[in-house]
Parts: sequence; C-alpha cells; structure tokens
Amino acid sequence: MARMKFLCDADRCIECNACVTACKNEHEVPWGINRRRVVTINDGKPGERSISMACMHCTDAPCAAVCPVNCFYTTDDGVVLHSKDLCIGCGYCFYACPFGAPQYPKTANFGSRGKMDKCTYCAGGPEADNSKEEYEKYGSNRLAEGKLPLCAEMCSTKSLLAGDGAMIETIYKERVMKRGYGSGAWGWKTAYKQGINV
Amino acid sequence: MTRLLAAIAVIFTLSVTAPAIAQQPTTVNPTAQSVKEQDLLNALKPGQAVQGRVSIPDANSSNLIAPGNQNWRAVNQGIMHWVGALSIIGMVGGLLLFYMMKGRIKISKGTSGKTLTRFNGFERFTHWLTASTFLVLAASGLNVTFGKFVIQPWLGDAAFGPWSQFAKFCHNYLSFPFMLGVVLMLLIWIKDNIPNGRDVAWFKAGGGLIGDAHPPAARFNGGQKVIFWTVILGGAALTISGLMLLFPFQWTGLEGLQTSNVVHGVVGMVMIAAMLAHIYIGSVGMEGAFDAMGSGEVDLNWAKEHHSLWVEDELKKRAGVPTGGKPMAAE
Repeated sequence: MARMKFLCDADRCIECNACVTACKNEHEVPWGINRRRVVTINDGKPGERSISMACMHCTDAPCAAVCPVNCFYTTDDGVVLHSKDLCIGCGYCFYACPFGAPQYPKTANFGSRGKMDKCTYCAGGPEADNSKEEYEKYGSNRLAEGKLPLCAEMCSTKSLLAGDGAMIETIYKERVMKRGYGSGAWGWKTAYKQGINV
Repeated sequence: MTRLLAAIAVIFTLSVTAPAIAQQPTTVNPTAQSVKEQDLLNALKPGQAVQGRVSIPDANSSNLIAPGNQNWRAVNQGIMHWVGALSIIGMVGGLLLFYMMKGRIKISKGTSGKTLTRFNGFERFTHWLTASTFLVLAASGLNVTFGKFVIQPWLGDAAFGPWSQFAKFCHNYLSFPFMLGVVLMLLIWIKDNIPNGRDVAWFKAGGGLIGDAHPPAARFNGGQKVIFWTVILGGAALTISGLMLLFPFQWTGLEGLQTSNVVHGVVGMVMIAAMLAHIYIGSVGMEGAFDAMGSGEVDLNWAKEHHSLWVEDELKKRAGVPTGGKPMAAE
C-alpha cells in the first residue's frame, strides 16, 4: 500500500489558485470553507514564495489525538479521514492542527461551529465509495476511482504533487538536483517528522 | 543571390548579438533570495506560525505552519487528563474514607421538633438553578474529556456521536442559566461570606469535621465560605474561558482559545471535585443538613450546633430586638 502525501514545490507555484478552485468545484464545498488555500510568504518582496496548503494527512495526526469522539481514522493509504456523523463541531482539531486544515460551517448555535469539513485527499468518507451520501458529506471519491486528488492533477506548473510519499519525494529530489535549488518540502517536518534532504 | 543576402544577414546578426550573450552571467540563481522553510521554522518564537498573505477573507488561513499547536495537544491529552482523574477519583476516595472513619455526623442532641427558616424560596431557587445546571455541565464536560475512554467503547460509535452532540448543545445552552445562578449567588450571599477571624478559629478547631467540637459560626462557617468563594471565583473563570470558547475568535486568537480550553478544563474538574465534597456533606454526610436547601427549614438543635451565632441573631430578630445598626428612634 502506498503512503499518500502532498508536496508543494514552492519554486514552481505561481499562486494561480487553480488548486483552490478545482477543490471547491469538485467537492461542491460551501461558501466560507476552504479545504485548500495558497499562502504567499514575503509577498511583493524579492524571493517571495507561494505554497498551496491543505490537510497534510499527518503521521500520528494531532486532530485524531485530541478529538473527543474519535471521529478520525487513517486509511490503508495513509489518508486521514473523519466521520461527520460522529463529529460534534467542538473545534479541538483546529486548535491542534499545525496547518489550519479543519473548517467549520457557521450553522450551529450562536453562529459557532457546525460539523467539521476538511480535505479528504479526494477520498470521501466512511460511507460506501461514491455513494450519494458520501458525496453530499465529503465530496467526490477520486481515489476509489483510481485517480489522484484533483488539485495536484490539474496543477499547471506541476508544483503541487500528490501520490505515494516515496515517489513524490524522488520527483522533488530530481528537480532540485537538476535546477540546483529548492526552498524545501513545506510542512513535511511538521506533518511526517521527516524532511527531504537533497 | 537572395541566398547569399540571407547568409550575410545571418552572419551580421550573429556578429552583433554574440557579444551581448557573452556578457550575460552564465549561471543564474533565482533562489538566492528565496525564503526557505527551514529558516522560517528556525526563526519561529513559541506560539508563532509561519505566516503569509492569502486572498480569502478568513484571517486564520494566513497561518501556513504552526508547529506550536502540538504543545496544546500535549497539555489537552496529558496534564488535563491527570488533573481531572486525580482530583475526582481522589475526592471520591477521600470522601469514602472519611465516611468509613467518621460515619454520618449526627445532631448530638437529637432533633428538637422546632424549626428555623434558613434559606427562603429565592435563595433555594438560586441554589438549585446553579446546582442543576452545574450537574449537566459537569457531566457533558466530562464526556468531552473522558467520554472517548469510558463511554464510547461501551456505547458504540453510532450512539456516542448523537449523545455527544446532544451533550454539547446542553453544555452550550445551559451555560447561561448557570452564569445567571453564579451572579445571583454572589449578590444574595456575599454579605454573609466575607472571611473574618472567626473562620480561622473555626478551621483551627477542625470545623466539626475533625474531632467533635462545634466551633461557633455565623450564618456561614469557614468551610461554607470556602465553598462559596470556590463557586464564585471558579464560576468566574469558567464563565470567562467558556464565553471565549462559545464565541470562537470573537475576542481572542487561536492561542487564547487554547489557553481558555486548558483553564476551562482544569478549573471545571477541580470544581467538580469540590462540589462532590459539598454534595456529600449536604446529604449523606450530615444529619439535618439537607433540609436547609430542601424545605429551607432546619431543626433548631442542628442550627445551634453548626451556626450558633446565626441562631442567636435569628432568635433576637423573632423577639423583635434589633440585631445591629442604629436603633430606630420612636417617632
């Protein structure tokens, strides 16, 4: 089984936000919720870099550790998913997540949190693969169809890589070797306790 | 002829541009000034996040990586569990031990048959408003911290989800009557709960809990004053931290919410332990004590033993003797 990961090659990202748009459209993500976003560091200054960030599907996921109802589970592919039937919208996963991935619709009392929504690595949820229920709660399940997450698949500069961790690590290493520079595998040390040394 | 002209043109062009190409640097390093993740992580101070600019309105999403959130995870899943488990289990064990050693504290002279009004209807309403909501808040709060270890394996996911959702709604809504109850308690009882020298003497004499002495006490003895201030100060801490959590990001950022969560959990569990002692002594632990908050009428002998100075004042009041303040001029 593969260990699925994301890797954003910031030296290629052009901040076009197509990954964000693709994600919102593919999963019919409601207003106010962003499963993926592009953050620009040192915006407007020489050496600025943009990084596309979503749930990193961490090893030993902090969200799962703090969840009071154990609504998280990790698939055989290393994808961290959750059950909206169990989620109570307490917000603990947002407090623990290093990447700001969990999102909440403002549907609950006092305009606070409804059931949490986050990137599913295009792998749906606990319901039957590609069922109507699964689509309504979590969006489409591309992984079950043998496809990779749409954000990475349609990235025009192939900055955002998705797939087996070892494979995208090799691709990134080869790029850095060939061009002679790389600003790092953003988030890897925090999410996987392992950076990429080139 | 045209071929010859074209060839000359090409040679001419090359001869003009070639020196320009030679002047360009042979290697370009577009990353010379670029930000590197490792440098940014190394420069992070505690509680900070690697931050940037986003084009969406959600300000929180501009935090790219916040490794410090792991500290909250460690506290929430570590210290908080220990504080809660030790204070609550410790209190239950302590009370059991106390009951086995001391048994029920009896009215030593027996009941007199005569009663005295200790708490009026509004006071009892305030007490039970606060008490009943506190019990629900305590149960639903403990469910958030310990439910996944204790109830979920036994109840199963299908039932634990809706139960926890229901418990969370109860926690959110019943917090308001609880806050009201704490404020009312402060207003109606603060005048009788100012600590004074008599409380020190009361504690030195063992408060009637250790030994069989009945040190003199006014309306509230030293132990009750401790309970009062625990409820007021603990209630205030729970109110402030709870409102932060109830309206996320209204008054504080992520770090403030994490701190509020720890304060809310730790204070809540210490309060639960304190209230266990309060419930014990107000029910099985002492004969005649429950009547004070039940019917509001306490037995005269009970009152004399536990609140001797208060009884004196009450009896004087009944006899029509002014108990304090300036004597009224007969006009």
